[in-house]
Amino acid sequence: MNVIETKNLKKIYSQGEIKVNALNDVSVNFKQGEFTAIVGPSGSGKTTFLNTVGGLDKPTSGNVMIDNLDITKLKANKIIDFRLRNIGFVFQSYNLIPVLTAKENIEFIMLMQGYSEANRNERALELLDAVGLSKEAKRRPGQLSGGQQQRVAVARALASKPKFILADEPTANLDSTSTKNLLDIMYDLNRKEKMTFIFSTHDQRVIDRAKRVITLEDGKILSDKTT
Amino acid sequence: MRQIIKIAWRNVWRNKLRSFIVITSMVLGLWSGLFSASMMSALNNQRINSAIKSQLSHLQIHHPSFQDNFDIKYQINGLNKVLKALDENKKVNSYSSRIVLSGMASTARGATGVKLIGADHTNEINITDIHSHIVKGTYFSGGTSRQAVIGQELAEKLKLDIKKSIYLTFVNEDGSQERLKLKVVGIFKSGNSIFDGSHMFAQKDYLDKIFGKEDIIHEIALVSNDINQAKELKDELLKAFPDNEIELWSEISPELGYANEMLSFFLYIFMTIILIALSFGIINTMLMAILERKRELGVLMSVGLNKSKIFLMIAMETLFISIVSVPLGVFLSYVTISYFGDVGIDLSMVEEGLEQFGMGTRLYTELYLDYYINITLLTFLLTFISSLFPARRALKLEPAVAVRSI
Repeated sequence: MNVIETKNLKKIYSQGEIKVNALNDVSVNFKQGEFTAIVGPSGSGKTTFLNTVGGLDKPTSGNVMIDNLDITKLKANKIIDFRLRNIGFVFQSYNLIPVLTAKENIEFIMLMQGYSEANRNERALELLDAVGLSKEAKRRPGQLSGGQQQRVAVARALASKPKFILADEPTANLDSTSTKNLLDIMYDLNRKEKMTFIFSTHDQRVIDRAKRVITLEDGKILSDKTT
Repeated sequence: MRQIIKIAWRNVWRNKLRSFIVITSMVLGLWSGLFSASMMSALNNQRINSAIKSQLSHLQIHHPSFQDNFDIKYQINGLNKVLKALDENKKVNSYSSRIVLSGMASTARGATGVKLIGADHTNEINITDIHSHIVKGTYFSGGTSRQAVIGQELAEKLKLDIKKSIYLTFVNEDGSQERLKLKVVGIFKSGNSIFDGSHMFAQKDYLDKIFGKEDIIHEIALVSNDINQAKELKDELLKAFPDNEIELWSEISPELGYANEMLSFFLYIFMTIILIALSFGIINTMLMAILERKRELGVLMSVGLNKSKIFLMIAMETLFISIVSVPLGVFLSYVTISYFGDVGIDLSMVEEGLEQFGMGTRLYTELYLDYYINITLLTFLLTFISSLFPARRALKLEPAVAVRSI
């Protein structure tokens, strides 16, 4: 069953009088439990694709169906709520909330969703354990290494039990050990919990671990290979 | 909500130096505003109190036509009933019955228009404080009944001194001119040079002898137990004696009453201007904070924080700055105002100018509680309004763009 379906997705950015086709008629489906890497050179449309699928950006035309709901038709407040309940995000620069501890960052999403304090606490500790950061629960992002912060970001993305996780260049700022650790964690989550991951990446180490690789160029799908 | 408050509170302290600067500016702004307001309030109250104590009292009763041209034939109607009512009314603290003559005071060295107040000075000392402002001689004494106590300005104008004679020419009831010869026994300096240059006091006994009767009373000046009861007392007396004119101090001297009302209004305008200036400081600080945190706000929006919660977070951050600053500013103001309310501020450098307005040279700062409360509420209101602009900027952020901001 498809979790995500995009139909003829187009996104045109206007830079003054110049129009840039960031996405050009992209139609692609993602099934539950996929571990997909979106690859391509800079400016190929990877981030735009993820932003559009995640409802952060509206396409110029086309549709994004998530569990048969066209999210491009949702109003601003509805799409925020939809993201909260259905989509997990991992960003290139970790983007944790600096004034909250690692555990509070993870709990934050659950709090927004109305989880009870006991449930939040249990799930946050469980996720911290899953990403190997149980001892760092009370540290703030500034007191964690880049790799540790990205692991917290993955735990945060998983906290609300989303339908899928979108990760924009998640290993771009990590050293090789941290990259390997992070990939192991995500791979395990994908395998054990059937969590769908969609990455944009330039990183060959990520591409090598992906089960499906979609290559974008000039906003078009150049290839779509399943390993 | 608790989490939003927690984030907002921690955000305030992320950049401690910046928060310290904005909080300090708010504290100092509030302090300088409230302290200046207390000085203005004290100057005004001092002027009013000085006028009430030396000239006006709380209420005055006259014949309705007396104040038109101070014609001495216009005496208080139903005098005995009025005096009886005043004796019986519990709101009345004390009163003094006066003969008031408007005429020309003269000596061999000059002449000037004056108002002579003839009173029983055992009562008068409960109404006016002239007796405590004697700078030369005494405030009446035994011996001749033709004694006069005159203002220092008048003494200087007519080159008078103690034991010298002064002549007062006035128009009698029948229209003839009458001339009194009085001996100066005391010179007062009330702190209001205009009053001191145009008023003199004499003993009522002596004037009674001149008029040949004791029931000539042009003016009753009275002091109520509390100045705030004066209006109520006026209404009671006016109801009982509608054929007399009964006026509050603010009606006798409307410029003082008007100045008092204007001051209250002006103090709020003054503080509002200061607070608006401070608001721009807050707006600037919050805008900087938001521009610095664009990416973080983008993340919050991406992960599901809706617009109302983002708005709430920014508003709370701004409010927290006020919650810290306002009590500090108000407390600092209260301590300073209380201290200078006790020891006073020496303004002798500008003594002459102050005397023109009937004010003393030591200023005792004071500010009413309701002013503190209203300014506190006004500060919170303006702070909230200040948060709207930065919050609006935050809400305009596009999460997809904001998360990639540097």
